[in-house]
Amino acid sequence: MTEIPEHLRKRAEAAKAKAQAAAGGDAPSADGPSADAPAGTAPAGDEKIPSHLLDRGTAAADMPVAAAGVPAVPVGGSGPDGHNQRLLTVVKSGSIQDTRAMPVDKVHVWPHLLVAEFLSALTVTLFTLLFAIFVNAPLLELADFNKTPNPSKAPWYFMGLQELLTMFHPMVAGVTIPGIGLFLLIMAPYIDKNPSKRPEDRKFAISLMTIHLMFWSVLVMIGSFFRGPGFNFVFPWNAGLFFEL
Amino acid sequence: MADDKKSGGLSQMSEQVQASQAWSSIFRPGSIFRKGYSDSPRNRSYVIMNSVLYHLHPVKVKRHAVKVSYTLCLGGLSFFLFIHLTVTGIFLMFFYRPTAAQAWNDIQTLQTAVGFGLLVRNMHRWAAHLMVLSVFLHMARVFYHGAYKPPREFNWVIGVMLLQFTLLLSFTGYLLPWDQLALWAVTVGTNMMGFTPVFGEQVRFVLLGGVEIGTDTLLRWYTLHVLMLPFVLVIFLAIHFWRVRKDGGISGPL
Repeated sequence: MTEIPEHLRKRAEAAKAKAQAAAGGDAPSADGPSADAPAGTAPAGDEKIPSHLLDRGTAAADMPVAAAGVPAVPVGGSGPDGHNQRLLTVVKSGSIQDTRAMPVDKVHVWPHLLVAEFLSALTVTLFTLLFAIFVNAPLLELADFNKTPNPSKAPWYFMGLQELLTMFHPMVAGVTIPGIGLFLLIMAPYIDKNPSKRPEDRKFAISLMTIHLMFWSVLVMIGSFFRGPGFNFVFPWNAGLFFEL
Repeated sequence: MADDKKSGGLSQMSEQVQASQAWSSIFRPGSIFRKGYSDSPRNRSYVIMNSVLYHLHPVKVKRHAVKVSYTLCLGGLSFFLFIHLTVTGIFLMFFYRPTAAQAWNDIQTLQTAVGFGLLVRNMHRWAAHLMVLSVFLHMARVFYHGAYKPPREFNWVIGVMLLQFTLLLSFTGYLLPWDQLALWAVTVGTNMMGFTPVFGEQVRFVLLGGVEIGTDTLLRWYTLHVLMLPFVLVIFLAIHFWRVRKDGGISGPL
């Protein structure tokens, strides 16, 4: 971010105000020297240099005595033609006042992000380690094609689909519904054209997603915990749990 | 004293090692392992810039991006669980043969006769369930923050693909113990996929490597589980992470 020193900025503003006053409200960005500029003394030449900047190169003696009631005291400049300052170059405002680069509040990845990542990784490792120490992964008896367990259940993340099987034809439950669901999920950013990210502007999108997530979770839970022998509806507190992770 | 001499020798040795060509060939100029680390903004940048982490993280991120309450670390944790599963999975591969005759016995032996076998298998299983959960929650988090909106639309698409690969990885791993749970869960799952319109029979045949589940299915799913799906997933992960940075870091506050 380019910072403009306070005194330079003030000087630029003062010069701008002065030029505007001289130009009689004309835009100061005019390419050529303005007509009402106290010119004549201004060196005719570079048309690209705004007149108000050239004015600053004019000898103080030649400047019209403006508002000040003091009689013009000719100040003899030591330079050529009595000038005591001259224009060396013009730095266009855009090159030093680049306000497009907005400052962003940033922090170093090390340590701020890496420490957080490390700690969360450690927590999860610890959690799985402890869980693995106290809970064993299921290993039932050897696979047997002649002995179908009752009920037979898919892994829990597919229980929603298996639950749909009780309501629809397998092609609808197992292929059409999840297919359309996935397609819509992938297309979400192209369907949802609302540019706002604020929750209060996205009530429809958020409700729709929440309804579907709830719908899915409820199906998974019913399938996992509330389905007993014959995939009939049971209450786990009556019939026991028919669920293996 | 002797102790002083020893420690003096040690520090001299470490100085020599750090001055050696081998050392400087390993650590890039500016690496904190070359010149030591003291906390300064410049060194904080060097930690990232002169290490392989630069492929994953920029030197600086927006302040809100490190707020745990915003991301809940879910994406990072999903990636970490993937690494965790790779490590424990490689351990399991040493003791497992994917044939119907040996698979179940191998797991049984692993649990009873191999040091840490039971523990590592448990960790692999629980981490797998956790990864499905964390990827799912990551997706929900991204949706509720509207983080899939431009310019991040395509990264959302990649993300949904990653969710599917995660489910497939978990599902293919489900069969490998070759117990009653595995066999019948996979039977239910593949029967469902057999109802795909038009190509139903073919889809089922390709998935099972035959007309019914058997030792060929086991080999097929094993290869998918340990090689093909992780390979594809890693490619998608790379694109996912690259796009996070190219799209201007993670999404802003609401």
